[in-house]
Amino acid sequence: MASSSDLREKLRKKRRALQHSLQVKDDVDADTQALVPTQKEAGQTHIEVLTAGEEEPGDALRRNLKAQRQSRRRKLEQAPAGDASVMEAHYKTMVEVTAVQQISQKDEKAEELAVISSPTHSQRGDLPPRSRATPTPSSSHSESSTMRQRMRDKLRAARSKAESLLQQEASLEVPGSRLQSLRDRQPLTRFDQETDPDLKAGGDVNPSPLNPRVKFREAVRRVRMESKPETGLPTAEEAYNFFTFNFDPEHDKEAEKIQKGRTRREAEYEEGEEEEGEEEEGEEEEITEVDREPDGEDAERDDSAPLVREEEELFIVDKSAHDFLVVKRAEYMGYQQRLQSENDVLFTPSFLSVPASSKVPENMQPRYLEEEGLYVGERPPISLTNQNILENRILKQEQGRKWFGDDGRIMALPDPIKESSTRPPLFHMEDDVDPALQAIFRKALKSKHASQYIAVGGEMNGDYQLDVDVSGLIFSHHALFSREHVLGARLAQLYDQQLSRQHRNLTEHLNTKLNGLRNAVRNMLEMHAGHGLTPIMQQRICEYKQELRNTRRLRDAEQDKDRSLLKSIIKVWKEIKALRDFQRFTNTPYKLYLRREDVERASDERRYEAEIQAEVDELQGEMEEDYQRKLTEYKRQQEEWKTWRRRQKAKKKKTKKKKTQSQDDADEDDDEDDLSDGVAELGPSKPDPPEEPDMEGVEEQVREKASRIRRKPGEPILVPELTASGPITSNEQCPRGEVARREDVTKRSLFTKVLYNDKEVSRTDNRSLNSDFRVHFGQIFNLKIVNWPESIKLQVFEVLGSSTTLLADVFVPVPDSSILTGSALSEELEFSSNLRVMFDHEAVGSDVPFSFEADGSNRQTLLTSGKLSCCVSWAVGEDNIPLAPPTTLPKAMYSGLKQLDAIACIGASSLNDMKKLGEWATESRLDPNDPNNSAIMQLLKVASSGVVTAPEYFRLEQLQEEFNFVKEENLEQSRRFRLLRLRNQEVADFRNYKFVPALEREVTDKVFQEYERRLREGVIVDTKDHLDAHRALVAKYLQKIRESIFNRFLVAKHNFILSDLVQEEEVPTIGILGLNLFKLAEPKRPLKPRRKERKKVTAQNLSDGDIRLLLNVIRAYNIPVRKPYANKPSVASKSSRSFTETFTAGQPSQRAIQGSDWILNQVQVRPFVEVSFQRTVLQTTTADGPNPCWNEDLQLPFSAPNGDYSTASLQSVKDEVFINIFDEFYYELGGEGEDRGREVHTRLEKHWLGSVKIPFSTIYFQSRIDGTFKVDTPQVLLGYSKERSLSSDGGYDTMRSLNEGAFITLFITIEPQLVPGEPIREKFESQESERLLQVSEAFERDAATRYPDRPCLTTVIDINGKTVFITRYIRPLKPPQELLDAFPNNPQEATELIARYVSLIPSLPDSVSFTGVCDLWSTCDQFLALLAGDEEEHAVLLCNYFLSLGMKAWLIIGTAIPEGPTAYVLTFEQNRYLIWNPSSGQCYGQYDTFCPLQTVGCLVSADNVWFNTQVYTSPPRICFDTTKAKLWKPFFSRAIPNPGLSSVQPEELAYRRTDQAAAAALQDRMEKILKDKIMEWRPRHPTRWNRYCTSTLRQFLPKLELSGGRDVADEHRLELQTLLGDYRISGFPLHLPFSEVRPIVEAVYSTGVHNVETSNVEFALAVRLKCR
Amino acid sequence: MATNTPSVFLLMINGQIEGANFPEYDELYCKYCFVYGHDWAPTSGLEEGISQITSKGRNSPHTLVWNFPLEITFKSTNPFGWPQIVVSVYGPDTFGNDVVRGYGATHIPITPGQHTRTIPMFVPESTSRLQKFTSWLLGRRPEFTDPKVVALGEGREVTRVRSQGYVSLSFNIVSKDMKRLGYDTTPTETAQTSSHTHAAGIGPGDQPYSL
Repeated sequence: MASSSDLREKLRKKRRALQHSLQVKDDVDADTQALVPTQKEAGQTHIEVLTAGEEEPGDALRRNLKAQRQSRRRKLEQAPAGDASVMEAHYKTMVEVTAVQQISQKDEKAEELAVISSPTHSQRGDLPPRSRATPTPSSSHSESSTMRQRMRDKLRAARSKAESLLQQEASLEVPGSRLQSLRDRQPLTRFDQETDPDLKAGGDVNPSPLNPRVKFREAVRRVRMESKPETGLPTAEEAYNFFTFNFDPEHDKEAEKIQKGRTRREAEYEEGEEEEGEEEEGEEEEITEVDREPDGEDAERDDSAPLVREEEELFIVDKSAHDFLVVKRAEYMGYQQRLQSENDVLFTPSFLSVPASSKVPENMQPRYLEEEGLYVGERPPISLTNQNILENRILKQEQGRKWFGDDGRIMALPDPIKESSTRPPLFHMEDDVDPALQAIFRKALKSKHASQYIAVGGEMNGDYQLDVDVSGLIFSHHALFSREHVLGARLAQLYDQQLSRQHRNLTEHLNTKLNGLRNAVRNMLEMHAGHGLTPIMQQRICEYKQELRNTRRLRDAEQDKDRSLLKSIIKVWKEIKALRDFQRFTNTPYKLYLRREDVERASDERRYEAEIQAEVDELQGEMEEDYQRKLTEYKRQQEEWKTWRRRQKAKKKKTKKKKTQSQDDADEDDDEDDLSDGVAELGPSKPDPPEEPDMEGVEEQVREKASRIRRKPGEPILVPELTASGPITSNEQCPRGEVARREDVTKRSLFTKVLYNDKEVSRTDNRSLNSDFRVHFGQIFNLKIVNWPESIKLQVFEVLGSSTTLLADVFVPVPDSSILTGSALSEELEFSSNLRVMFDHEAVGSDVPFSFEADGSNRQTLLTSGKLSCCVSWAVGEDNIPLAPPTTLPKAMYSGLKQLDAIACIGASSLNDMKKLGEWATESRLDPNDPNNSAIMQLLKVASSGVVTAPEYFRLEQLQEEFNFVKEENLEQSRRFRLLRLRNQEVADFRNYKFVPALEREVTDKVFQEYERRLREGVIVDTKDHLDAHRALVAKYLQKIRESIFNRFLVAKHNFILSDLVQEEEVPTIGILGLNLFKLAEPKRPLKPRRKERKKVTAQNLSDGDIRLLLNVIRAYNIPVRKPYANKPSVASKSSRSFTETFTAGQPSQRAIQGSDWILNQVQVRPFVEVSFQRTVLQTTTADGPNPCWNEDLQLPFSAPNGDYSTASLQSVKDEVFINIFDEFYYELGGEGEDRGREVHTRLEKHWLGSVKIPFSTIYFQSRIDGTFKVDTPQVLLGYSKERSLSSDGGYDTMRSLNEGAFITLFITIEPQLVPGEPIREKFESQESERLLQVSEAFERDAATRYPDRPCLTTVIDINGKTVFITRYIRPLKPPQELLDAFPNNPQEATELIARYVSLIPSLPDSVSFTGVCDLWSTCDQFLALLAGDEEEHAVLLCNYFLSLGMKAWLIIGTAIPEGPTAYVLTFEQNRYLIWNPSSGQCYGQYDTFCPLQTVGCLVSADNVWFNTQVYTSPPRICFDTTKAKLWKPFFSRAIPNPGLSSVQPEELAYRRTDQAAAAALQDRMEKILKDKIMEWRPRHPTRWNRYCTSTLRQFLPKLELSGGRDVADEHRLELQTLLGDYRISGFPLHLPFSEVRPIVEAVYSTGVHNVETSNVEFALAVRLKCR
Repeated sequence: MATNTPSVFLLMINGQIEGANFPEYDELYCKYCFVYGHDWAPTSGLEEGISQITSKGRNSPHTLVWNFPLEITFKSTNPFGWPQIVVSVYGPDTFGNDVVRGYGATHIPITPGQHTRTIPMFVPESTSRLQKFTSWLLGRRPEFTDPKVVALGEGREVTRVRSQGYVSLSFNIVSKDMKRLGYDTTPTETAQTSSHTHAAGIGPGDQPYSL
């Protein structure tokens, strides 16, 4: 900082000058005024600090002042460096000034600019308001304003003065003045709000957006100041200042320094401070003074600067603690201040152009080299604004002027961009570039979408264009026609007809033809007059004559038409004339002239006569011929008749002879005669001779006809000529109605829309309707078409006002491709509209009857109609190429492409029938030489030759063959492809086949063997796996059904729903939320915990080990207990137990006694539960006693077959969970050898007591099974006795007795919970009536919505997949006679037996066999044939049997454990309801607590279905009386009566007797298999079989069977015991329905009999197969 | 080991899940797994993996870098069911619940060599506005039952998804015996060898035009 010292010098000088001026101007108002607020402000600051600091006031004040001072000084020092932040409005003016000065340094010419610019700035501020807003608390407004005025004047004066001064002394002044301004900053920061506006007013250069705010603030302040002046308390303003004050932390350091010598000079300094404050107040004046007295100022500044420095040194002496802590106001930088400071730092170059004078060196005129004749290059183009900005920026820099040239412009090189390209052109060396890479220019092509739309054939690939020329339309009738118009139109029409006829001149043509034919005939006859005619000639003549006749007839008709046309023309014309006369005005310009052509009478007559003569001759000839023919015919017939007659006569003679021979047969003969007469009558009648032709009559006829249809000879030829030149009566002369009509006509206008393929492509202009009802459009539309033209339609619209009505659609035929624009003729297409229009004026309207007659008779109705003349043709391109699509091009006909389709060749695609075409062609005698017919001839030739036939098939992928890389046969042969294909088809054997070998030869035939065998032997029964041929058949049949259903299921499996793919949280409903809230209040560990619902998992992303079966074994009741080996049986004969006893419990007391006998010396049973599933065995701990409680969780792993965890696969898992109850039996062995007596060895044995088995599928579908199950205990348990309820007394006896047997409480579920597959919602076909189906659907839906948890079934699916109404299954069916015979006197026994019989039919859940969860119901005969079915079939059969016994029986559709939704049977007898479990044969009373049936959904009988609408569903709590409409909702009611559905069940069941021998064989086989199995399961121990025991067992088994397994245990045991003496026996009979061997083996295994490991164990096994 | 006629071909994949671009989310991690047909089996390497959590860097405010290596070798007999890699990205939402940020899948490149793939990611949409709100609130966004769904075409028509960010992967593919079994995945191989001979003289322009 070289300049800082002299700056300081200047500062000092300036201050001195200020002080001086202050003294001088002490009496000036303005100064003191300015001073007052500042002094007060200082005081306030003091107070403020006091309150804030709570310190020694003096100290604080001192410090405060010091700090302020310090900062001020520091800023002063910093200012020259240019990095100080400037915060004052004042500075702005200074900037201006400095700018001026800087410029003036360089050039005095800048002066003017400065002069101009600064005043403008100063005046921009709004002075009067500002002065008003200025706070002058202690002085009046007027004073302040005058002061300001003065200051402003001064400023202005100073400025003007400065300009002149600047010229003299430049450089020195600038920094000084700037410093000055910088010095002013600090006080302004301190008293910011007070002084700021003042300064602004003085400087007046603040472009202040904040002015209003400041004003407001000041106004507030003023008010406050006035209200409580100088209270000594901090005012709001002070507070504001306190918070907004800029406590500059940077000053702290210097404050410290200064503090050193502070204490000493405190008082003195305070004074100085005051003084300085005063000095600062004077700053406002300073600006002016700076300019006025620069010299003095300099001197003063020199003084002040060193003073400050000295102080610094002095302050270093000492410091107090307080000196380090500087409490200052927060420094606030106002927005305006910030703006200003930014203005100081930032420079925004102006975009105003810089005066040339500031750019050239001083005292120099810009010199323009161009003017001097030197070459100056063209400067690069720059926008003027940018240039100005650049110049301003450069000028701001030091030495900025060197950038400017002599001419005052920025130096610039001439535009560097050359006009022409200087880059060397790229020369392609043709040889260098690879020809393949050579780019060839092709003209851009428009993409063609043609092939889809218009078949592009041949080389024609151009655009297609249709020209639609809508030339105009003529109404033949219009609603606005007057009567005259109607007639006129008719006349015109007739005239047109006449003209066209005239043009064609058919009559003349036919005449000539006739003459020609006549000549030909005549010639022919003449030529061959001499010799006889050859047959060919005769044939030809005949043909000619035929032709002649036809032609003549045609000619006559034509002539007739001509004549009548002429007549009607004249008639209409006459009518018009009459009408015109009648209405006395003319509406139409039509005028008919009849031109009369006179003819020469004689020649005319002669021709006429000749004509007639010729005709007569011909006719006569024809008649003659005809006559001759008829005559010959007659003769022939005559001849025939005669011969016949002769024969008859001969016959008669014979009969007469006969008559003479025998009189007896007279009657007969008569008869015969009669008969023969009758025959004669039937024979050919005598033909009448043909009449002689009436030759004279012919001539008369001809003449008469001629006079009718022909011009009379000599009569002039009348040629009508219609002109439209007649005058039309003007409007004035017409009646009002007519005028209204005419006006209406003028209002109408018409336009036409052109629709191409039903899309509007264009429309014509609106053309007004003329009085002659002709509209001329004359517009041609060129349609560039892409789509094949299907239809071209023109729509005629009528416009009346703003409404448009469609009059008619006119279909224009798509033109043949040969019709081209130049040559096409305009066609007139008729149209009509059936719009009914009525008018109240003269117009006749449309579709309204009107009459020409005055009396209104002869009414007629006309519809709006007309002719549209238009022309549609293909446009012609530039080179005369028709722009028509090629298919219809005639020349394409013979092209090779088109020969394929002969029909397409002629462009007549609608003609399909070749034969018809051919017939037509021969019939119409097409001229083969006519080029017009060549196409058809060609076609016919082709078609008849049969070389080319139209393809009869349609091929989608014509090119498919080209893509077949291998032949179909090869593909078939390839084993690998076959494998891949089969896998892709998801054929069961190959569904998840891994690693299809890469090479053909690696695919062994073995892979397919199984599959092929299965295919081949689909029908052949294989008995290898099955013991019974019948079973095998059934199994096959089931397999087939399964497959078909599985295929159906496969289709459904590929339909996904969202939840299969996306896992999404359900939206919590209010209910759930409430429940959750409620849960918060729940105890954490409730005393009675309940199971929670778990999240379901779709079986998709599962793998082995993920799924476990959770089994909670809770407790069991009534486990059989061990029985002491009593030698004496306490036998009571049970053989006579009656059926009633089972229900009424006759035994308990007896049993109780019996029980109490041995309870004392009872051996405890130690049961435990063993669960086996998929060969995994887990067991619980051992409990004690017959009513054990385990409450143990067992987890069994589950693995799906083939690791396939899809829903389908899981559903078909057939595994069962076996829950076996065993008795743990300690068996003590004596010690061995010397240890005997000291050691005791115990052996654990487990004895099977009973089991429960639950199929996995049930668990899967139920997702949880929770309940008490009856343990399937064998009827006889050797060594055990069933514990009877000891505490049974009175009331419960009934119940308990029914519940004999053990029970176990279980909870089973799968972890994680699997989602069972959705049932396939397929609509099956049905033979039920539609109405019934609808009603049943509604019934089920209603039931489902009202009681979602109650199953309701009305329709079921039979085995053929058809929907059948459920009641059709119920029909009384007779059970096998032997069952009935068994207990002839005891119906109860019989029912029980029947139930047992039914339960013995093997059960096979549908869900296992039919994976799609279709519940199929088979009829009873099917059921018995298949010998497999699930609960429904059992129930139906049982129900039917019961019905046949005359019992009241219903089917219960409900839910039970563990089956889930199932069917039970309900019977009603002896005033109580019994519920039968059909699959077990058990029956339960309604109030049985252990009844597995949990929910009763509906009851089904043979004629109705009742849905349970009661509150409860469990059997004990509901009433089964279906007559109560409140409780049971019937399906068939009065509204829907039962239509009398016939049953699907057969009339009678046929029972086959089983082959006893086969059964015996099977029995032996099974026994052997089981023995083998047991030995197999005991690999480490020898298995000895006790033959004796086995034979005993064999004897027992039939007994067991006979007794129904009841109460033979004791006898049994006794018997065995006697037989086997000292053996300890444990064992049991198993009683199983037989379907296959596997389940039986499984059941035996699960009992664990084979696990006995006693060394000397002996086994005995017997199988008894009972067959019915 | 039959050397002249192999029965399987091998496909070795080395690479990495380089990173992702999820403009709105941070602290993401990703999982990958492979989906392949019946005829494929991994012989070595990891079939599934889960990466570390990565946050956005200060320098690269858009990219999340995992650089998570993939290394697996497949053997197969049939290119049908060519392996696909399924990448699913997870990260915390505003409430700190771990939610899915994107699923994406791509086939492993079939040609040997180095490849980079950028997979656009998407997430299933909630079925309704209310669902959306609750899922946002509870932090349980809809997810695919199985990420492998995104590699399969079946059943996708029932879902609606929203796209969300990108994941870039790089692969280095080595295959063995593909060609021996008749699967030529490198059509330019012959051309390359021929051009290699001429490479010095003429340059790449003169590759013979081959079909």
